[in-house]
Amino acid sequence: MKHVMRILAAGAIVAALSVGAPGGAAYAAEKVKVGFVYVGPVGDHGWTYEHEQGRLAVEKAFGDEVETTYVENVSEGPDAARVIQQLARKNDIIFTTSFGFMNPTLKVAKRFPKVKFEHATGFKRADNVSTYSARFYEGRYVIGLIAGKVTKTNTIGYIASFPIPEVVRGINAAYFAAKSVNPAVKFKIVWVNTWFDPGKEADAARALIDQGADVLMQHTDSPAAMQISEEKGILAFGQASDMIKFGPNAQLTSIIDNWGPYYVARVKAVMDGTWESQDTWDGFAPGMVEMSAFSKRIPEDVRAMATKARDDIAAGKLHPFTGPINKQDGSPWLAAGETASDGDLVGMNFYIEGVEGSLPK
Amino acid sequence: MIRLEPRNEVSKALLYVTPVIAIGVTILAGVVMFAILGKDPVRAISLIFLEPLTDSFALSEMIVKATPLILIAIGLSFGFRAGVWNIGAEGQFTVGALAGGAVALALYEVEGFWVLPLMCLAGVLGGMAWAAIPAFLRTRFNANEILVSLMLTYVAVLLLSVLVYGPLKDPDGMNFPESRMFHPAATVPILIEETRAHIGFLVALAAAAVAWVVLGRHVFGYQVKVMGQSPRAAGFGGFVENRVVWMCLMISGGLAGLAGLFEAAGPVGQLVPALPVGYGFTAIIVTFLGRLNPIGIVLAGFVMALTYIGGETAQIEMNLPSAVTGVFQGMFLFSLLGIDVLTRYRIRMFRSPRPGRTAPLAARTVPVAARTGGE
Repeated sequence: MKHVMRILAAGAIVAALSVGAPGGAAYAAEKVKVGFVYVGPVGDHGWTYEHEQGRLAVEKAFGDEVETTYVENVSEGPDAARVIQQLARKNDIIFTTSFGFMNPTLKVAKRFPKVKFEHATGFKRADNVSTYSARFYEGRYVIGLIAGKVTKTNTIGYIASFPIPEVVRGINAAYFAAKSVNPAVKFKIVWVNTWFDPGKEADAARALIDQGADVLMQHTDSPAAMQISEEKGILAFGQASDMIKFGPNAQLTSIIDNWGPYYVARVKAVMDGTWESQDTWDGFAPGMVEMSAFSKRIPEDVRAMATKARDDIAAGKLHPFTGPINKQDGSPWLAAGETASDGDLVGMNFYIEGVEGSLPK
Repeated sequence: MIRLEPRNEVSKALLYVTPVIAIGVTILAGVVMFAILGKDPVRAISLIFLEPLTDSFALSEMIVKATPLILIAIGLSFGFRAGVWNIGAEGQFTVGALAGGAVALALYEVEGFWVLPLMCLAGVLGGMAWAAIPAFLRTRFNANEILVSLMLTYVAVLLLSVLVYGPLKDPDGMNFPESRMFHPAATVPILIEETRAHIGFLVALAAAAVAWVVLGRHVFGYQVKVMGQSPRAAGFGGFVENRVVWMCLMISGGLAGLAGLFEAAGPVGQLVPALPVGYGFTAIIVTFLGRLNPIGIVLAGFVMALTYIGGETAQIEMNLPSAVTGVFQGMFLFSLLGIDVLTRYRIRMFRSPRPGRTAPLAARTVPVAARTGGE
């Protein structure tokens, strides 16, 4: 109880102090200040790089009306809350762009009720905390189709980060798609337990190639695997960002996260005083997920198939998880024609039938 | 040809001045670095080293950062005086957090004043257990404790991952790899209201005080010192080397484990895979910067905390890369060891090269300097 009182007291003080600070609609003439917290370096050419592009899009859209700040390489441990709090003291809206920032974001948000927070990929919200994520699995479905068609060894290598629902969903989507066009296809999965570690990612890529993989997919943030694929003359898909620079021959396509429009819209909402806590999960349709140009190395009919799948998903005509699909243990998940609910997808903690190995526990 | 020759006398005052000189050299090097980067060096340095001292929030956060650094470094200083090189405090920190955190989760929503002390005990024992492995392997098989303790760090971090993905995972956490948030009775009380500074800081100060007494007054402190400076003499004196090795590793492991528990039950409030952020390694720099002296370590802990907080401030205010913090910490240790060499050795130039002699001498210099770093 004492604790609650303390928080309330803190809230009151902060509220009193922030009357004079920018943030309210009454001060619309002042610059809106936007903070970003990144888990990796802005130069990772993957996840954080794309959030940085989103920040730049905000600067471009609003020019002098906004002032943006970012902090990179923020660990998801004890430092996160401090960084977020430092930003909260000076900003009107803060984007915390990694799952591990969830609890620190909520803690700080309690203390700064006037500041708006946007947390990527999490599931806890508050009056001043929104969540947002992208339906990356839609892109995974498309690359799964391509992979199933282009592999000669019928072995796809998959570099996975952490066994959280988002990553498991990606593996299932890609496998399901690949299997649908190539019943002989097999996935080899390596868990590297990191989002960004070029050395580990490169080692994983080499190990997968040694095991016969001729197409690589990754759910990690650096282009290391793409570079190894280029070097070894195999094929690969980029992650989060167009990695064509690192694999001009190897890259078949990349799944691109496009945060810019969302960031611009949310900052605009703060300017207009219409910002509200919400949960956003967008895919191809509004362009939060995109595919980079398909490589010429993909046969024309496969390219057409992939393009159609992408367009159908965007138009809502195709759901990547459409039954019949069984879980790995053979128990039924989706009946014929049934599509997966968002609830099932958000908490997905099982492989679908046919994926080999077991989830790290 | 350059050769290093030992000086006959090393001024005692110089021992205490060198860390200050090292800080000065580091700041100068920083000025050059920022100038090359095209950033205003004066502004950058003042943002990193002065700005946080003028802000109450930053000061409270320095206490948050300094707490684990001081606790771990105090423990390490025993071993480093005795020539017992525990490089794996990071692992002991992690296992301590894990053991104490497991107690918190097992007693979830159990109220009682005894919950937190029990967690602390588990944290200490966890750190000790992890340090017992290198202690046992060194005393039994003469295995190098540097390698064993360092390698066990990676094992500890993976152990934490395995457990938060499995048995310790938050049942309502949508399968994300995190434990539940600890309930209030299992959380370290806050020292200063409205901040994250917690009573772990008082424990760290108390540990420093106890260490000061033990190292200066107690026979164990004397044994540690003799063993570090002359292991043979220690043998003649009848000290049991194995006992000192065990004691040093238990002290450093226990304190590192306690630091881990404080971190989990304090600023973080849960077990997460990213809990170990390198305090165990940074504490090694703190130990040397503090001259293996408890008072020095408390001060050095704050200097190191300042580089973290200041580095972040500089990043926010000037868009400096986050690597700045690491660069400064590395330069501290580098210039400290470098200046140590120069205070203990004189550089002699020779006209004719003498292959075969210079290399081993030079190679021996740094460990010697480090080993006798304590007064």
